[in-house]
Amino acid sequence: MSLLTLDNVTLRFGGLTAVNRLSMTVDEGEVFALVGPNGAGKSTVFNLISRFYTPVEGRITFDGTDLLRLAPDEVPSLGIARTFQNIELFDQATVLDNLLVGRHRHRRTTLVEQMLHLPSVRREERAHREAVEEVIDFLDLQPYRNKRIAGLPYGVRKVVEMGRALASKPRLLLLDEPASGLSVEETQNMRWWIDDIRRQMGITVLMVEHDMGLVSKVCDRVLALADGAKLAEGTPQEVQNHPAVIEAYLGTGDAA
Amino acid sequence: MEVLQLLISGMANGCVYGLVALGFVLIYKATEAVNFAQGDFMMLGAFVTLGLVNPEFMGLNFWVALPIVFVIMGVFGYLLDLVVLRALFGQNQVAVIILTIALGFILRFVAGLIWGHEPLSLHSPLALGDLRMGTLVLGMADVAIIIVTFLLTLFLWQFFQRTKVGLAMQAASQNQMAAYYMGIPVKRVQGFVWALAGIVAAIAGILYASKGAIDPNAGFIGIKAFAAAVIGGFGSLPGALMGGLIVGIIEPFAARYLPAGWSQIAPYALLIGVLLFRPHGLFAQVRVKKV
Repeated sequence: MSLLTLDNVTLRFGGLTAVNRLSMTVDEGEVFALVGPNGAGKSTVFNLISRFYTPVEGRITFDGTDLLRLAPDEVPSLGIARTFQNIELFDQATVLDNLLVGRHRHRRTTLVEQMLHLPSVRREERAHREAVEEVIDFLDLQPYRNKRIAGLPYGVRKVVEMGRALASKPRLLLLDEPASGLSVEETQNMRWWIDDIRRQMGITVLMVEHDMGLVSKVCDRVLALADGAKLAEGTPQEVQNHPAVIEAYLGTGDAA
Repeated sequence: MEVLQLLISGMANGCVYGLVALGFVLIYKATEAVNFAQGDFMMLGAFVTLGLVNPEFMGLNFWVALPIVFVIMGVFGYLLDLVVLRALFGQNQVAVIILTIALGFILRFVAGLIWGHEPLSLHSPLALGDLRMGTLVLGMADVAIIIVTFLLTLFLWQFFQRTKVGLAMQAASQNQMAAYYMGIPVKRVQGFVWALAGIVAAIAGILYASKGAIDPNAGFIGIKAFAAAVIGGFGSLPGALMGGLIVGIIEPFAARYLPAGWSQIAPYALLIGVLLFRPHGLFAQVRVKKV
């Protein structure tokens, strides 16, 4: 059944149509990729879903809830978590603290309880720490647990950011170019993790990715965008061989 | 005895610096910007209290006026964020700094218009009486200032370390966008911290006014408090208080034991020394690298 639905969504910046009458559905439990040349509007679609932008037309629903009625900070409470193309972490905090911020939406104790640091707060804190430790084990982040982000290599930060999203126990995980800037080995790991996120954790994944090798290995379905509009949709194989997609990437034969 | 006397009056002054420094650190921790009008917030808090309490104005009972002052200053901070600072949301923090400097000028001007430029003294129940122990004379105001300041610092520290809102503030200061997508209502959180800074300034203002007279230029102690915050390590709440205490204590000792004029430059000489040898401040929260 469909978890996330975009229905005829259009977004314009002045005269530029960034997303043009886009409709798509992401089903529960699948791994879905958005591909397309630079500037096709892939990240813009992410920013629409996480409510950074409001479309001029169309509807976006998540599990029956109208996303357009929510503010950006209310989106995580539905169980949507995301990563960013350029990594947005809390640079002066440790890996552990970054992951704990991922638990923010699950904190239930009241201000007064927290000020007094009552047993209920300590119990809750312990539960959050356990949830975060699970993520640390899952992503092999143990060596970095108490390191500050500012001193960590790019590849590790990328994993930490995904970890923070996972710590919030989302239903839908949005990954914005999870493999960009990663080494071959790190990309390989990313592939296993995305597989496990879906299989073991039952989380639906929507990702933007340029690495077609990764996309064809982990994704069930792919949607190709160009100039904000849908070019093709289907299995990775189908989309890669679609004439319109080949044209968008390589240009038409007669132009050359 | 004389040393003890100097120490206590220095501590009381230092606590006022510390409270203003706390205001600096609060805003800095939550927004990474510096509110250079914090001293003028303090002045405003003192004048609002004076306007409510003094017989020539409204003549309310001090303890009745207190919660009203907190509400007024809290709302003032919140509205300032909502109306003025939010227009700069996402802009370079230098813009906020310049804006707060301008705001300081406006507040001094407005306070002068309403309450005049002559020094006025607040009818404060804290201002009454001395505590005598042998040759030691403690002003009740001094004792009250020290106690209130320590309690408030403890409260704020607990708030930032332990509560969801406090932690959310710290997260928002490091990365607004990431904080948003972790479910933190960044704008509301920042409005809240400006309200808090207003209330802390009101407390500082009341305590300051309980020690002596105030005039619209009282906010210039913000400069000394800023030095205190830097000495303590900008970003650390206990550091702000300690920095304030150090500056406060240095002044009377320098005045007593050093040639004339030294007491004015002593805090800044210390500031330069700290910047040279411990640039993150004496109580900085820069963690030692664990290997």
